[in-house]
Amino acid sequence: MASTDLTKPAEAEDHAPGAREDVAGLEAGLDALETYESERTPIWRTLVSKVLPPALAIAFLLLVWQIAYWAEIKPDYALPRPLDVWDAFMKTWREGETLDILWVSLERAAIGFVMAIAIATPLGLVVARVKWIRAAIGPLLSGLQSLPSVAWVPPAVIWFGLNNSAIYAVVLLGAVPSIAQGIISGVDQVPPLFIRAGRVLGATGLLGVWHVLLPASLPGYLAGLKQGWAFTWRSLMAAELIAASPDLGYGLGQYLNQGRDLGDMPMMLSAVFMILIVGIGIDLLLFSPLEKLVLRQRGLLVNK
Amino acid sequence: MSQTVHEQPVTAAATAVDAARTARGNDDAYAVRLSNVSKSFGRGGAPVLDGIDLTVKPGEFVCLLGASGCGKSTLLNLIANLDKPSAGTIDLKSGRPALMFQDHALFPWLKAGKNIELALKLRGVPRDQRRAEAEKLLALVRLDTAYDKRVHELSGGMRQRVALARALAQSGDVLLMDEPFAALDAITRDVLHDELTRIWADTGRSVVFVTHNVREAVRLAQRVVLLSSRPGRIAREWTIDIPQPRRIESPDVSALSIEITDHLRGEIRRHGKH
Ligand SMILES: Nc1ncnc2c1ncn2[C@@H]1O[C@H](COP(=O)(O)OP(=O)(O)O)[C@@H](O)[C@H]1O
Ligand SMILES: [Mg+2]
Repeated sequence: MASTDLTKPAEAEDHAPGAREDVAGLEAGLDALETYESERTPIWRTLVSKVLPPALAIAFLLLVWQIAYWAEIKPDYALPRPLDVWDAFMKTWREGETLDILWVSLERAAIGFVMAIAIATPLGLVVARVKWIRAAIGPLLSGLQSLPSVAWVPPAVIWFGLNNSAIYAVVLLGAVPSIAQGIISGVDQVPPLFIRAGRVLGATGLLGVWHVLLPASLPGYLAGLKQGWAFTWRSLMAAELIAASPDLGYGLGQYLNQGRDLGDMPMMLSAVFMILIVGIGIDLLLFSPLEKLVLRQRGLLVNK
Repeated sequence: MSQTVHEQPVTAAATAVDAARTARGNDDAYAVRLSNVSKSFGRGGAPVLDGIDLTVKPGEFVCLLGASGCGKSTLLNLIANLDKPSAGTIDLKSGRPALMFQDHALFPWLKAGKNIELALKLRGVPRDQRRAEAEKLLALVRLDTAYDKRVHELSGGMRQRVALARALAQSGDVLLMDEPFAALDAITRDVLHDELTRIWADTGRSVVFVTHNVREAVRLAQRVVLLSSRPGRIAREWTIDIPQPRRIESPDVSALSIEITDHLRGEIRRHGKH
């Protein structure tokens, strides 16, 4: 092969200094060819595609309701008009009670949710990473998730009495398993390559958990938080509704319960709608944008 | 040297393993030294690697070449301390070696620049120096404008360059690369070969580059080490003194590639005979 005379001695020097700029230019060209700017959808487009359809659906449901009222499917006291429910809501509003009621429930939900996060996060991490703990309580956690937390209300009242502790106990039993489950599946989905890459960089032990494992499992964790919020709110309402007592403050559940005691259907329905709206609102205003932000940052959200 | 390239055989030292080993035996300058390293997975499993002796000198560029499944990645993982050898010892002169994977393994929750800064942080670089250092490293891989880019906004070649910059952010002067360009198109790969050669020359790192691509090995390495399969042993090695930067299409590279490919095929063929 030494006889192959195709290489001219000069050629070896050909690609010395000038070659560097050559490569730089070539590289810049490749980079430019392979990247593209993703454009953002204009805001009115988002409004039309995201806000209009549910608004129409709600209008349609209200119409069906109104028609059912006109058709007298149920007597007046059982099926009021949408407007009657609105009036019931406005009555409470004018009395200045609505925000207080909402605040009582929201404050409890927030405290319960934060406690649930504080318990579920380390719990989920340990269950996800330690084999024998996972074998021991993994099935229990997923089993607890399918247990309606309302079932805990009677025992909780007997253990803790009719007070906030009982309510928080029910909320925690409802929310902790689903948040823990979220972080477990988040951790399970972390590509092993990230863990190895982290270890190569020196992120081992707790550093690895902080710099790699937690951020990598964030999408699953957020999904768990979202579901944990739903469970928090549900459990709280169940607890407030069943454990109604004057010492317990006047939240949405108690408001609904009072409607029942008064046989006031518009009041009951306005309570139901407020519960629904708070539940959806927190999800829409807090968790959905957070989830989208995280997915978009990682290029996991396909813009249509 | 550049003038003499075709006056002497390209395979200046296509020596047998044992000869090469004794030749380097007296030389204690090393960046990585493997002595009699073996690895088997599981209890009583067949050895994947068997009695590997390999010394990488400071600043040397070594390519590990072998058929798919011969244990190249296993060997790099051992050097990177991601796994423990079943027998033998691995000595590293300095710090934790950096390792680059075939998949860029950049963290998608961090921007390109922050990926590099994380490596700097874990190395102990003070906060106020990290940004400047990261930008310097990005400039080194010619990605001056990529600091604020998300990983998914970069092309495959750009991602590997950021991954290279992140690897260079580590303190160790050994750079392990596990088929880092295997997933790239040929044009981009060619360019990255040029870049890697330049950066290697500029930074003086010791590089262990794993590939199953013979031409790539000849294009890059000062020394090509051929691994046999099942068990993985060092079958043969070649010292290459074609001057850099080489072109992958050049006759010198081709000629040596043909020779090495023949040996590689011979190794693979042995497994068909029983
Ligand atoms: N964690 C593992 N457990 C069991 N076998 C493994 C493991 N990792 C690799 N192997 C085996 O070791 C051999 C070499 O693998 P690898 O080092 O990935 O090869 P290469 O990188 O050369 O393609 C393969 O036969 C593979 O099946
Ligand atoms: Mg491999």
